[in-house]
Amino acid sequence: MANYTTVHEKSPVFYPEYERKSEARGQTHYCPGCGHGIAHKLLAQAIDDLGIQDRTILVSPVGCSVFAYYYFDTGNIQAAHGRAPAVASAVKRARPGSIVISYQGDGDLAAIGSAEILHAANRGENITVLFVNNAIYGMTGGQMAPTTLLGHKSTTTPFGRNAVNDGYPLRVAETLSVLDGPVYIERVALGNAKQILQAGRAVRRALENQVKGLGFSLVEILSPCPTIWKLDAHQAQQHVREGLSSVFKPGVYCDRTKEAVPRPEPKPGPALTGIPRILGIELNEGASAAPVAAASVDLRIRIAGFGGQGVLMLGQVLAEAGMDAGLDVSWLPSYGPEMRSGTSNCHVRISSRPVDSPLVTRPAVLLALNEPSLRKFISSVEPGGLVMYNGREVPGDCRRPDVDLLARPFTEIADELGEPRAGNIVMLGALLRRIEGIPDASVDRALARVVKTQRWLEIDRKAIARGREVCHVS
Amino acid sequence: MAKQLMKGNEAIVKGAILAGCRGFYGYPITPANEIAEAAAYFMPLSGGVFLQAESEVAAINMVYGASSAGIRAMTASSGPGISLMSEGLSYLAGAELPCVVVDISRGGPGLGNIAPEQSDYFQVVKGGGHGCYRGLVLAPASAQEMADLTRLAFDLADHYRNPVIVLADGITGQMMEPVEFKGEPALPPAPEWSVTGTAETRGNLVSSICLEPDDLERHVRKLEAKYKRAEAAEVRFENWRADDAEIVLVGYGIVGRILKSVVEQLRGFGMNIGLIRPITLYPFPAAELHRLAYHARQFLVVEMSTGQMIEDVRLALNGLAPVEFFGRCGGNVPAAEEIAAVVRRLQAGSHPEHRLETELDEVALHG
Ligand SMILES: Cc1ncc(C[n+]2csc(CCOP(=O)(O)OP(=O)(O)O)c2C)c(N)n1
Ligand code: SF4
Repeated sequence: MANYTTVHEKSPVFYPEYERKSEARGQTHYCPGCGHGIAHKLLAQAIDDLGIQDRTILVSPVGCSVFAYYYFDTGNIQAAHGRAPAVASAVKRARPGSIVISYQGDGDLAAIGSAEILHAANRGENITVLFVNNAIYGMTGGQMAPTTLLGHKSTTTPFGRNAVNDGYPLRVAETLSVLDGPVYIERVALGNAKQILQAGRAVRRALENQVKGLGFSLVEILSPCPTIWKLDAHQAQQHVREGLSSVFKPGVYCDRTKEAVPRPEPKPGPALTGIPRILGIELNEGASAAPVAAASVDLRIRIAGFGGQGVLMLGQVLAEAGMDAGLDVSWLPSYGPEMRSGTSNCHVRISSRPVDSPLVTRPAVLLALNEPSLRKFISSVEPGGLVMYNGREVPGDCRRPDVDLLARPFTEIADELGEPRAGNIVMLGALLRRIEGIPDASVDRALARVVKTQRWLEIDRKAIARGREVCHVS
Repeated sequence: MAKQLMKGNEAIVKGAILAGCRGFYGYPITPANEIAEAAAYFMPLSGGVFLQAESEVAAINMVYGASSAGIRAMTASSGPGISLMSEGLSYLAGAELPCVVVDISRGGPGLGNIAPEQSDYFQVVKGGGHGCYRGLVLAPASAQEMADLTRLAFDLADHYRNPVIVLADGITGQMMEPVEFKGEPALPPAPEWSVTGTAETRGNLVSSICLEPDDLERHVRKLEAKYKRAEAAEVRFENWRADDAEIVLVGYGIVGRILKSVVEQLRGFGMNIGLIRPITLYPFPAAELHRLAYHARQFLVVEMSTGQMIEDVRLALNGLAPVEFFGRCGGNVPAAEEIAAVVRRLQAGSHPEHRLETELDEVALHG
């Protein structure tokens, strides 16, 4: 191919030579008369006018403009098909000082990427989108695009686009304009010099809005694709003016730039030294202290009941207390639909050695806060284990001679204390009488950590004390 | 208050922020929700970005954008969402972008259920997306490891310029255990290849395109070399009493924990049994398994699936020792007792003459 260079009035926003191309580095890869070439020039000019070349990050799509990074001497990121708005959103939020442009074709934006553009627009991302609508899939060789006109013969609509089979041309500017997020949406055309001039103004405004921090701007550019349309450059421009423009009417569809409040400058993040406090943690420097436990402890506890009976919380207090006592612990809740069906259960292990499995399939202790839970888990209890049941007596068919059974109406006892919901903690008090290795002080500190209000802390302390009293062997 | 009782899912977010992660992009899915919820709270407070995406497709592409812009970025999901992220993972690997993706796996296929399963192994460890790429995969088994391995994941991702996946399951995500955090909070500067919207980075390009076959082959070979380096340098596993074991159990994540209690139970009965718990699933601890095969008579792989990791165990052993499998799925978690019974049956039917005496000598010779 002839090695000629287009020198006349080339924008400094374009590379002097397109070194990322493998050949013909003096010219673009676009077909003669292609709208992408014009759109590129308009964009380059706007970037230059606004003096934002260093700050600009161009996100290029998949489509004929996939190689926009060959030409633009700006930061460049190439995105997957249709995803440029998601990529651009994150780039802008990561680097609020940058000027981020999502450049997309109609297949890219209006078909495969329709979710990404809709939501970027709806979030009002402070980015600029150039949407080059040539009503066809150019790169893949002329298949129907969402914007293809009715009756148009493409390679995948060989009989012409038919609304019954293929739906209607998608009007992107109109569709996005019903959203509250965007500040500026205009449709322009590249049908003649006058239209191109207007397109240049729109592109510039859309960029300027971002520079001012006003929010989401999109310019839909009706653009000729002479190659696929099988028209010469002149006819293709005419089709833009007369064919495309009659279905996709040029004009401003949304302009909130006057009301839009510029986004505040992002505040710098907190000092790194402040991060642990923000996360609510203390960094542990040096060797971690191995748990020091007074005695050999290996508690395997299963707790079960209705949702709302404090099953999970009871387990959590036990685990916190165990940890406070220098023991290793684990707490594993049932989760998901089971919780929603109204029952819940959890596994708690408290051990003077590192806990291996957090699952308690053969509990040494079962705390059953209701009858269904007792029925469900009684058979799993280890021989010699302990079962506490929230009821006056254990139903006859649930008795097991080889386990220690303790039935007390814990909820009723809590009710007498003025708070039936503290039944779980009364049960905890009872349990503490029966197990070893967890000092009272640890339980109290655990409660203070888990319980969020002073009122409940007082109730729970009373509940523990009461639980201890009711736990004399029957 | 050095140790705190914390859910695994929460430990991930705290570990991530300590590692300098300042971007989280997520889409709700059980059982990974606590991760996004904690990120929604802690990211803004830490000067980072939390963004709820419109889909996992968008989420992973936001990660792509954030990573291109030079910040440490992550997302978290579960199987159905990871399926949607496969496209993005391929692009991230192709463009050599670091990122961390957490998969709190659940039951599949399809919508399956939200109970724990380990059936995402093939998807996560073997790729999922198109092209010759690998994701480095870490498999935590405790809340502490959720924090530690997430932090490590960011360092590995940056070092190898590649996605790192933390593969856990509903149990490890939901359970609370004591967690302690070590190491000063980090906030690495933007890598020099990143596109940050400055004069210095203006010449930078993030792309996965290599148009010419020779260029693409060079690129793919470069990725391959990188994975080879990771295979040599990053293998991690826990060897629990396996050195002298006749029966070696192999399981990762929560199953590894259950297997540990099986080992303890059966050792109590005098059985010579041990455990290998792979911590990195890619690179896989193949050499360690191979080494143990000279001693062990039998390997038993246990997974919460119908058998996925077992393929890597078989490849590692390459016929050196018999490999049996026990799995539960659908959200059922194998009980220690159940596995112990399987081991006993295996032992009863075993043939001691299967021991690889010759190879054993060879090992001795090599010191
Ligand atoms: C996931 C995926 N599906 C399909 C493709 C193939 N593909 C490449 S470009 C393109 C269409 C581009 O059309 P458009 O966005 O209208 O841009 P144009 O080429 O017309 O400028 C398609 C479908 C792809 N790269 N990725
Ligand atoms: S095929 Fe159409 S859109 Fe693509 S470069 Fe050629 S004219 Fe432009």
